[in-house]
Amino acid sequence: MLSPSVRSTFLRGLRASLPFTAMIVPFGALFGIVARAHGLSILEAMAFSIVVIAGASQFAALQLMQEGAPLLIVILTATAVNLRMAMYSVAMAPHLGRAPLWQRALVAYVLIDQSYLLGAAAFERERGWSLAEKLGYYFGSVVLLCGLWYLATWVGAAFGALLPQGLAIDFIVPVTFLAMISPMLLTRAQMAAALVSIGLSLALWWMPYSSGLLVAALCAMATGAAVETWEGRNA
Amino acid sequence: MPEMIADKWQLWTVILGLGLTTFVLRFSFLGLIGNRQLPPLVLRLLRYTPMAVIPGLVAPAAVWPAATGGETDPARLCAALATVAAGLLWRNTLAAVAVGVVTLVAGLQIFG
Repeated sequence: MLSPSVRSTFLRGLRASLPFTAMIVPFGALFGIVARAHGLSILEAMAFSIVVIAGASQFAALQLMQEGAPLLIVILTATAVNLRMAMYSVAMAPHLGRAPLWQRALVAYVLIDQSYLLGAAAFERERGWSLAEKLGYYFGSVVLLCGLWYLATWVGAAFGALLPQGLAIDFIVPVTFLAMISPMLLTRAQMAAALVSIGLSLALWWMPYSSGLLVAALCAMATGAAVETWEGRNA
Repeated sequence: MPEMIADKWQLWTVILGLGLTTFVLRFSFLGLIGNRQLPPLVLRLLRYTPMAVIPGLVAPAAVWPAATGGETDPARLCAALATVAAGLLWRNTLAAVAVGVVTLVAGLQIFG
């Protein structure tokens, strides 16, 4: 049985997650539509969303498979999109790291951008919460979002074929990526990383097996960190 | 239409492989390494992964789309630029998607 205080933090987490549903539903539906347009079955689209639950890397994997990239490059590049999750794991460990192993495994499975953002903000604010209250808030903040992610993928996969033809659906993925990333470009370091990533990936397009992108991404990460360090020194 | 992903064996390897690597990243510090911190430089590098990977993934698809056989297509290029402009201006992903899709459909009518 859950204690009243845990039930209360669970509900607070659930309420805090409501604004994010407006993003999760269209994004999940779009993944279902695009996956079907690339020849995946409804089951395969659902498996993607349930096994991986990381939208950007799922779109990246589809894009690279469509380009005929080799298996290892697809997995490596799509994994690189998710490297930030190691950072989220670092941030959650001091708060949730003392939970039993199975609960930590569940925390890890649902560690998405939104649960990290909401959890990190709430645990900073509410210093007095117990482990159980923190876990209540964390799972409350993510249960609806994950459920809607699966459901929206299914709706997109099942009904996407009803959309009109001629939408150049191959380009919906790039548009979605650009729409996700451009609002995040706030600092000069982030802009510099994005520009190096674009320039090098075009310049290295001749490299075999889409491997130029990995080189471009590593250089872009180094550029972002270098600009941030340099700006910090001159601040 | 986009290229079809026909090789089911490869598809399931990607689903399970990416699922595994992503779970390992999420579980890393929570599960195995415990309450230790990463060096600040590593954290600083990790912060830039989205803007390091995604623009580079999109750029070749915007400039040399596979759907046109690698020939630069004004409709797709305009849609990409309009999406970025809307995203920078309004800082809103859904609004930027809408602008991008409308530009793409309009561009295909005009240039197609």
